Formats: sequence, C-alpha cells, structure tokens
Amino acid sequence: MSSAEDPLDRLVKSEYKAGFVTDIEEESLPPGLDEDVIRFISAKKGEPDWLLEWRLAAFREWQKMTEPHWAHVHYPPIDYQAISYWAAPKRPEDRPQSLDEVDPELLETFEKLGIPLHERAALAGVAVDAVFDSVSVATTFKEKLAEHGIIFCPLSEAVREHPELVRKYLGKVVPPTDNFFAALNSAVFSEGSFVYIPKGVRCPMELSTYFRINAASTGQFERTLIIADEDSYVSYLEGCTAPMRDENQLHAAVVELIAERGAHIKYSTVQNWYPGDAEGRGGIYNFVTKRGLCQGEHSKISWTQVETGSVITWKYPSCILRGDHSVGEFYSVAISNLRQQADTGTKMIHIGKHTSSTIISKGISAGHGSNAYRGLVKVMDGAEGARNFTQCDSLLMGDTCSAHTFPYIEVRNPSAQVEHEATTSKISEDQLFYCRTRGLDPEEAVSLIVNGFCKEVINELPMEFAVEAQKLLGVSLEGAVG
Amino acid sequence: MSANEKQPLLVIEDLWVQVEDKTILKGIDLTVNYGEVHAIMGPNGSGKSTLANVLAGREGYEVTRGKVTYKGRDLLAMPPEERAREGIFLAFQYPVEIPGVNNIYFLKAAVNAVRKHRGLPELDAMDFLELVKEKMAQMKVREEMLYRAVNEGFSGGEKKRNEILQMALLEPTLAILDEIDSGLDIDALRDVADGVNALRGPDRSFIMVTHYQRLLHYIEPDHIHVLAYGEVIRSGDRTLAHELEERGYGWLLEEAGMDAQGAGAP
Repeated sequence: MSSAEDPLDRLVKSEYKAGFVTDIEEESLPPGLDEDVIRFISAKKGEPDWLLEWRLAAFREWQKMTEPHWAHVHYPPIDYQAISYWAAPKRPEDRPQSLDEVDPELLETFEKLGIPLHERAALAGVAVDAVFDSVSVATTFKEKLAEHGIIFCPLSEAVREHPELVRKYLGKVVPPTDNFFAALNSAVFSEGSFVYIPKGVRCPMELSTYFRINAASTGQFERTLIIADEDSYVSYLEGCTAPMRDENQLHAAVVELIAERGAHIKYSTVQNWYPGDAEGRGGIYNFVTKRGLCQGEHSKISWTQVETGSVITWKYPSCILRGDHSVGEFYSVAISNLRQQADTGTKMIHIGKHTSSTIISKGISAGHGSNAYRGLVKVMDGAEGARNFTQCDSLLMGDTCSAHTFPYIEVRNPSAQVEHEATTSKISEDQLFYCRTRGLDPEEAVSLIVNGFCKEVINELPMEFAVEAQKLLGVSLEGAVG
Repeated sequence: MSANEKQPLLVIEDLWVQVEDKTILKGIDLTVNYGEVHAIMGPNGSGKSTLANVLAGREGYEVTRGKVTYKGRDLLAMPPEERAREGIFLAFQYPVEIPGVNNIYFLKAAVNAVRKHRGLPELDAMDFLELVKEKMAQMKVREEMLYRAVNEGFSGGEKKRNEILQMALLEPTLAILDEIDSGLDIDALRDVADGVNALRGPDRSFIMVTHYQRLLHYIEPDHIHVLAYGEVIRSGDRTLAHELEERGYGWLLEEAGMDAQGAGAP
C-alpha cells in the first residue's frame, strides 16, 4: 500500500528526551584511578579512617580481579584509567541548608526531568533525594520523616551522622569483593542514598532518588543502603537519566537491602540512562549489583524494574531468602532498541524453610537490540517447602533484534516446587492493523500493545510512577514499528 | 431527509488488486451513496474480504490499477488510521486479541483518537464510561466485557458484539462488515443485526460482506452485488437475494461464462 513506510527509518528518528547537558560549573578530577584518587574522594567526603581503609582494601582486591565476560553483551574494552572518578557542581563547601540555596540551574535541570523537588513533591507525597554526578544536591521531607524515626539522607551524611548503622550493614549483602564492578564501586563510590526504617514503622510516603550523570568522561558509582527493621515497610524508587554524549559512560552502582523479621521492602527502578544512538555511538554502560537479604522470618523484598535506557545493561537484582517464610519477588521490563544490549534477570537463593519467590520478566527487543534474561533459582538443602514461579516472556519487533533466555535452576531439597514458563512472540501485523482501523496511529498502537504485554510488571509500580513508566515505554519504542 | 441523500460517499473505479503476484480483484466498479446498504456476496475465494481489507488500508495488498474516492478524496493515499478517523470502520471477520489491554481502555483510546481528529474534546474516564454504558445497553453487550483484555478469551459471538459496540462508539460514515454473521448462533445474529439496524441512517452507509444470504433477512440491503473470481458478475436490488436463495451461485457463474474454477474469467 502507499502508506507503507520503512519501519527502520522511523526507528532511527526516535529521540532521547533527557539528553540535554546542564551548563553548570563543575569541579572534577582528571581521569585515572589510583590510591590517591580514593584518598581524595574519601577526604572530600570527610570520611572516618575505617571507611577509607575499607575502600582501599576493595581497590587492592579489584586490581587483582578481571572484568566478567560471561554476559550476552559485546563492547570494546573499557579503559578504567580514562574515566574521571569525581565530578561535583561547584558551590560553597557547606551543603545547602534548604532548597532555596540550591543552584537554580540545578533545580531547573530536575524540573526539566519532571522531578519534583519543590512544592510539587509535597503534592505528590514523595520524598526525593537528587544525586547529580558525584554528590547529592537535595533531599526533601527529611524533617517529616524524622518524626517517624526514619532516616533518609545521602550516604555520605549517614556515614557522619549514623556511623554505627552504616558500619554494621555496609557491604554485608554485597561484599566489597563480590564481583569486579562491586569492588570498583566499593573503592570509589561517591554518593547514594541511605534509608533506615525503625521497628514497626510503615514509611508514610514513597522515598525516591533521582540519579543524573551530567559531566563528560565521568563514571557514576552510587551506593544505596536500605535497612528495614522488624515489621516495617518502605517503598523506594530510583530514576536515572544522562545527557547524550558520543562516548560511553560507566555506571557501576551497588544497592543493598536488608529486611529484618516481618519487614517489607519494595524497590522500584525506572532506568532511562542515555541508550546511545542508532549506530551504537555513546550510551551508558549500566553494570549494577543489586541484592536484598531477607534476614528475618516472614520478611519480603520486591524488586520492580523498568529498564529502557543504557546501551549495555548487566544487572541482576537478587534476593537471599534466609528467614523462614520469607518472600522474594522480581518484576522486570527490559527494552532493547537501537543497538542496546541487555543481559538482566535475577537470583533467588532459597535458604530458609517455606521461602517463596516469583519472577516475572518481560523482555522487548526492537531495532538491532539484543535482550537476554538470565536467572538463577537456587534451593539449598535446608529450604524445606521452597517454591518458585518464573515466567519469562519475550516480545520481538522487527527481524533484526534478538531475545535469549538463560534460566539456571539448582535444587538441593526434594520438597521444593519450581516452575518455569517462557514465551516468545512478535507484535503481529494483525494487532497493529486492528488498532489502526480504530484510529490509533502506529506509535500509539505499539505503545498500547507493549503496555498490555508489560501490564503485570507495570501494575507493581507505585501509581505515580506507573504512568511515567508507561509513557517511557512508548517513547523508547517510538518508530520501532515492525 | 438528509442533504447528503443520493450523494456518492464511496466511488470505486476499475479497481485491480494483487496479493503476492496473484491478481485477486479484476476491475471492480462500485458506487455507494450516503445512507445506502450494499451487500457483497459470492462464493469463497471471490475476493470479498480482499475488497474489505483494501478499503480499510491493510498492508500487503497492491493496487495495480484504478482508484477509490471517499468523500471526494483519494482513499488509497490515506493510512488506515486516517481512514478510520475520517469515518471508515471495518468490523473484522476474525477480531484480533490484544493480551493485557483492557477493552475499556482500548475503546476509550479509539474514541478519543477519532474525536480529536474531528475537533471534539477528548472524553475523560467518567464521561467515557457513561457513553459506553449507554451504547452497551443498546447493543446488548454485557458490562464485564469492558474489563477483560481486548477480544482475549471472547467467544465468537462476544467478539462480534464487541465489533458492533466499537462501531456504535466510533459512529462511522462508512461501515464495512466483513462476514459479521460467521460463527454466530441465531440469537447472537439477531442481536448483532439489531445493533446494525439501529445505526442505519441517511448519513451512514454500510458494505456487508457475506457468504450467506441468511444475514440479509435481518439486515435488508438496498443493493446486492455478486462477486466471483474478482469481478462483480451481477448487481441488483434486494430481490436478487431471493433468487440466490433459490438457485445458489452456479447459474450466475454460468451466465458469466465461468466454470467452477473460474477458467473462463478474463
């Protein structure tokens, strides 16, 4: 028909909407990594000696380690000496005491991203920590949360104000030498969020952190630590964006969650780092270690992620189900469009009795994208009555993309029940045509079909962010009509 | 009386259509005026569904000759969504399932896409719910169908009712019903026909594609065209339906100089 257009042509036109650069005075270290750099970062943060030693120990171990290459992703070697490990907006030495003291240009950046730091935050009922390159620029609602005994602050502040908590838990779930990228993060982590929910407290609002890489040639190495004490509840969301740049930038974060007896942590991610262009130039390398420990009985950790950005994603938010009757959940949507490559999934380690886990993974491949689900379900000897349900669905758009599934199941207890379901489908011409005959244009139609495909995951997101995620899915696939 | 009466809405002239090098339609001429109901009948493989799909804009059909004018515009130059917004509606023979998408969400998106194009304000959730409930009552569609995924797990009858509900909501100028009667029991057929008849009016035209003349007892057409091997071999008024009921298609094929394989076709 005359209306036929080359879908790939339109694919190229899809645009990254958070790709602007903020023109702000930044202070950054020259590229390179040695012990002096680590001492510099630690001194900048005013850290105690134990933490500097902890960093240095991680660095020495990291030097002996090699970058992992088992993931189904391909990229040229990373020169770790070509990266700057510190960048921060210049401003008076003291942290701003209120938002009014924050550089207006910065506030504008977060406004552009649609992140409510001001009154809008109050309306949305969300407490926000905003991290710009290596430092946190604003944390909202601290006082209100403090009334409940909740601590929500930048990690560097927690190190100063609550050293006993940080020292007790830092590196307990993801040890500094856990893997190559976790070791690198342990050595050079610059900022991140710290959350502590006391016993029996249900956090009255969503907590969220927005990460923004702005400076060129820098890496971002944030570290988040969330502790939910007995019978507490918290819902936490992180969002990420970065400018469009021709070079690749490294993001190697570590997130540790600890849920004590009866506690529930819900951790949601909307990841929209710059995905690179249609030829695969630029984009963020997203090499992240996220792990939660269900320490106590009847504790629960739920990971929900919507991964639309980054040129390479290497990420396996996992749960260690130590407490009896503890529950782990992983809900994921990962999109690989353009030249994006994602190798993502989860690990569910069943140690306690009657532990259960659910894995729902939705992979969407378009353009020249490659999408792999990699998941491990491990049931240890003592995990009497453990249960797992895994569902992996892949959706292909066009015929230049690919989808892969690598499920690993290790069961050492005969009473375990493990189920795995997997499907691969294509958006059919029939579905598209049907929507178009009802007046929807091809982009709207794809967005509708994809949102239907991802619904079980989107439903897990906090309401305010579900809408945002749905829009993002549409934007990420703009033009990717097969 | 409408100002549109006897004005042509759709004019098909010498339409030739090819699918993967096979010529399916061979010089169709057809004029549909405002307010008219046309039935396209014919044996299997005659090109009826191809005609419906070409009018709705499905890809994969190559028009090799001829033209189609709709509301005075070149229909073939318009993408399917524009045709829909301009008032063409295709009721599918096999309505498509869209897993995970709530029917009500889908219906609202469609209605608002069309309203936007027509310069009307988009309906919010409350206003839409009111509208859809009204139409559902008219079309005898059960409310729970709103909250299920589009056509997923619907019975054959439910799918067809859902098509008619969409038609009622979108208020098309030209509705093309592709085998709307297939797979329906007699009660469902009556309800679907009642739904269509309720929508008949001087400003709305219908093209019904059907294999069986049974449907014509319920929806009486103004004109009947018999299609065989890609050609209109006979056109007439509704009395032609009775002739077909008694004699089948064979005699028409013979008169057209075609045998059962269409060997005599030009």
